[in-house]
Amino acid sequence: MLPRYLLRVTEQPRLAEQNAAVLLPEPFVKWFGEKGWSPRVHQLELLAKAQSGQSVLLIAPTGAGKTLAGFLPSLTELASRPKRKPGEARRGIHTLYISPLKALAVDIERNLGKPVEEIGLPVTIETRTGDTPSHKRQRQKLAPPDILLTTPEQLALLIASNDAKRFFEDLRYVVLDELHSLVTSKRGHLLALGLARLRAFVPGLQTIGLSATVAEPDELRRWLVSQASPGAMSELIVVTGGAKPEISILDSEERVPWAGHSARYATPEIYREIKRHKTTLLFVNTRSQAELLFQELWRVNEDTLPIALHHGSLDVAQRRRVEKAMGENALRAIVATSTLDLGIDWGDVDLVVHVGAPKGASRLAQRIGRANHRMDEPSKAILIPANRFEVLECRAALDANYLGAQDTPPLVNGGLDVLAQHVLGCACGAPFHADVLFEEIRTAAPYVSLDRLTFDRVIDFVATGGYALRNYERYARIRQTKEGLWRVSNPAVAQQYRLNVGTIIEVPALNVRYVQAGSRGAASRGGRVLGKIEEAFLETLTHGDTFMFGGKILRFEGIRENECFVSNAPGSDAKVPYYGGGKFPLSTYLAEQVRAMLDDPQRWKKLPEQVADWLRFQADKSVLPKRDDLLIETFPRGNRYYLVAYPFEGRLAHQTLGMLLTRRLDRAGAKPVGFVATDYALAIWSLADMGWMFKNRKPSLATLFDQDMLGDDLEAWFADSWLLKRTFRNCALISGLIEKRHPGKEKSGRQVTVSTDLIYDVLRSHEPDHILLQATRTDAATGLLDVSRLAEMLSRIRGRIMHKNLEQISPLAVPIMLEIGKMPVNGEADETLLMDAATLVEEAMGPEMMD
Amino acid sequence: MNFSLSRATLIAEADPVGIAGERAVCDRRGVLYFPDLRLLAVSDLHLEKGSSFARRGALIPPYDTGATLLRLQAVIADYQPRIVVSLGDSFHDGGGAERMHLSFRERLEAMMAGRDWFWVAGNHDPDAPADLPGETVRELAIGSLLFRHEPSKVRVEGEISGHLHPCARIVQRGRSVRRRCFAGDGGRMIMPAFGAYTGSLNVLDRAYAGLFRLETLMAYMLGAERIFAISGSMLRPG
Repeated sequence: MLPRYLLRVTEQPRLAEQNAAVLLPEPFVKWFGEKGWSPRVHQLELLAKAQSGQSVLLIAPTGAGKTLAGFLPSLTELASRPKRKPGEARRGIHTLYISPLKALAVDIERNLGKPVEEIGLPVTIETRTGDTPSHKRQRQKLAPPDILLTTPEQLALLIASNDAKRFFEDLRYVVLDELHSLVTSKRGHLLALGLARLRAFVPGLQTIGLSATVAEPDELRRWLVSQASPGAMSELIVVTGGAKPEISILDSEERVPWAGHSARYATPEIYREIKRHKTTLLFVNTRSQAELLFQELWRVNEDTLPIALHHGSLDVAQRRRVEKAMGENALRAIVATSTLDLGIDWGDVDLVVHVGAPKGASRLAQRIGRANHRMDEPSKAILIPANRFEVLECRAALDANYLGAQDTPPLVNGGLDVLAQHVLGCACGAPFHADVLFEEIRTAAPYVSLDRLTFDRVIDFVATGGYALRNYERYARIRQTKEGLWRVSNPAVAQQYRLNVGTIIEVPALNVRYVQAGSRGAASRGGRVLGKIEEAFLETLTHGDTFMFGGKILRFEGIRENECFVSNAPGSDAKVPYYGGGKFPLSTYLAEQVRAMLDDPQRWKKLPEQVADWLRFQADKSVLPKRDDLLIETFPRGNRYYLVAYPFEGRLAHQTLGMLLTRRLDRAGAKPVGFVATDYALAIWSLADMGWMFKNRKPSLATLFDQDMLGDDLEAWFADSWLLKRTFRNCALISGLIEKRHPGKEKSGRQVTVSTDLIYDVLRSHEPDHILLQATRTDAATGLLDVSRLAEMLSRIRGRIMHKNLEQISPLAVPIMLEIGKMPVNGEADETLLMDAATLVEEAMGPEMMD
Repeated sequence: MNFSLSRATLIAEADPVGIAGERAVCDRRGVLYFPDLRLLAVSDLHLEKGSSFARRGALIPPYDTGATLLRLQAVIADYQPRIVVSLGDSFHDGGGAERMHLSFRERLEAMMAGRDWFWVAGNHDPDAPADLPGETVRELAIGSLLFRHEPSKVRVEGEISGHLHPCARIVQRGRSVRRRCFAGDGGRMIMPAFGAYTGSLNVLDRAYAGLFRLETLMAYMLGAERIFAISGSMLRPG
């Protein structure tokens, strides 16, 4: 198979040849000729722009030769560089390549090394990641390679070292791979700040961004260059085309379930497709779905086809084995989560199966790009909806893909916690002047609107914690010199910084280790580690419970320190592990598509018959929501009254809406008891007849859904929400308030969680305006709570609420009603559970035992 | 008088527990009150824990001392005890009392005024707190009760201690709830930590091995509105 960055033919051979002769040094032309290849137009175009001194964003589909394009400017320049004379100073790094994944850096080293060797270029290429041994890092500092392949965290570390300016003085290019996925996170914020620093070291620095298709290329173009003149943008090259993927939705002969996420019904049909293809990649949205699908496939795997499992909780060694087998084409199918999402290609995948709803349409495009990494052959993919709403979502996603519509989350302003980390990093590198650093930081796109007051508060935070009670002056981490420069107070500060760098916060997790059954881990310690599992899940297990992990059914034996002991379970029924991290919200774009489809019976023809029937029933028994309206149904059931709303704004926004509505309904005397939220709908149940209340405008639905709920109600609920505590923990760790690691003592997740919760409580009651709480609220509003999306929705539906008061449950309400009781409602009902437990004791033993 | 009314109400509502024959109220805010002795016990205040961390580079909010004292002030106002016993680790480290902000010191002294105040020595603060009134003792025997910081390995009936920061965990309907708690078996009682930044350790942890008669172990878990008395058999480790 051809390496993916090269192609046999070009679109316009003649033009390319002419340009190639002008732009490419002789050895490159010769090498292309020997291989019988020629460079592609966009590769030469990028080269030309780079040679004229510009920064460039290259947007191209997978398989378009992005990587070689990104490195051509560096390679050609390095090829024509005069040889170093004896006695001449050693040269520094020429090109820095930054990717979100360690594995990607390693992959590039291999792929780039080959042409460099064949052309005979005097170019050295090395990786530097968290796995790089310290002696190699030391050596890299003294004798840097020409091209250094690394990650955002390593860049932050390099910048914080005291020889950073000298180390980077020869830097010409920064190549940023998978830019679209980097920029949307806090890692992106940190990287943007790092880039600003590099630009300060080397004013003529050029950047080359490589990205998959995005909705707003201009955001990325601004991100790549200094915003000293606001709005400045890099050059843009877009490669369109590539064969259209062949995507279909599984039209199952089985009944598509109302609710649930397992897609178990389709297992035999999925298996049939695996048998029909060479290598199938099966993507799911969560790790628990991956475990379940893997089990189900092996249950029907009569031919014992090599089917493997790959997700982020599994032990690294096991993941590497699967990746290797994949590269050797030794597997017929791999069940995977997003750990395999980014641009790494292994083996000859000829089919992508996507189980569950694809959520964002651009995620779908990315995943389908995995099949058949050659741009001119169509990729093949099958979507497997797990329930009926997902059928609608799959259909919408499919239409979106054909339309070429892409959505990535909108870029948000840079986090203040990340800024705090960066400020300390800068001080570790060299003393800084606040005015100068402020101007530098504002050249980074995510921080372009940072104001001076906030910046000064961040500095104050880094120095002494930024508290109104100025108690910690004597413990300051950075101090101002007489000349007004900020510098670290002592070397221990820099050491602490280096151990805590980065923005990736691990969810508290324990090692899963094999022991003998019944041993509770006490006697036999030596078993194999299978991977890591979230503490929150383990807390619900009791000795003897069984669960799925790493494709096995395991028996929970006990917990000792940071290890969870398990043994092989003979049974076949297991509790399924859930993972906090794996659920993507439905994207705004896709939600709109789903609403449009519901509103247009013409489009139902494309849906499977059973799903179309379901919608027709709904039209008959109730009504279907209009594209821009919000449908609210109310009905009694059992001894409860239900409200079901269908905003299609994603689970996070619905959860927030549920919390706020419950508060309001409580005030209105509806006696709400609970609620449940899915990606599509929200159900609230109460003791009073809400249908009657709304009809008599006590209160009216318009009042209930008024935007003012985002004011006081949100604030009040914010105050003691567990979601805020979780967000605060992240901010506290990233900003350096709490250490992730300390020399000599690793903190376990629990100790960190407990203390940040307590800190949160104390800080909130004593200094609610503290900058870290401000950062927490901003984060929560965009992240876990999706307040901005809720706000948009509330303004969209003003005057457009459709109320249907029904005598019984409607067909559309069935899926969410089935979720009631299945989903844990976090945090808020703890007291009730305690009450239950206490009452049980009283009932069982009588009051006299209570003394 | 107002406060005595509130004290009476608190005691009446509390469903007192017996420790070595002495009646005690487990207050949901984490203090123990003996109405017959008019004695209030509080444990592991860990005052100045924040500044102790700050000294080592973690600049966590300096409001823990204020927060802890405010809560202590409230329970003292409610019960108006004649005797207060702080069961050790009152300060997070030996220099804590010295570092304490003047306003906090004044608040503390105000609540100490007019009652007998005992600082039981703890492992974090073996010596008397600098320049503060009150009497520092290694342990304190009053009636059938013995107050000390660390629970002794040998069973002592009527022993009230702290040190271990007990919490308890239950699982109901697939959900886990963990709370600080008083842990007692009718003979001895281990008190929850009161300080704003204090963590906690499950009563089923190895550190508690041999301390309780398991068949009568009760965890009095701290709720938002009340105490929840949970039998030992319902508790979960971790």
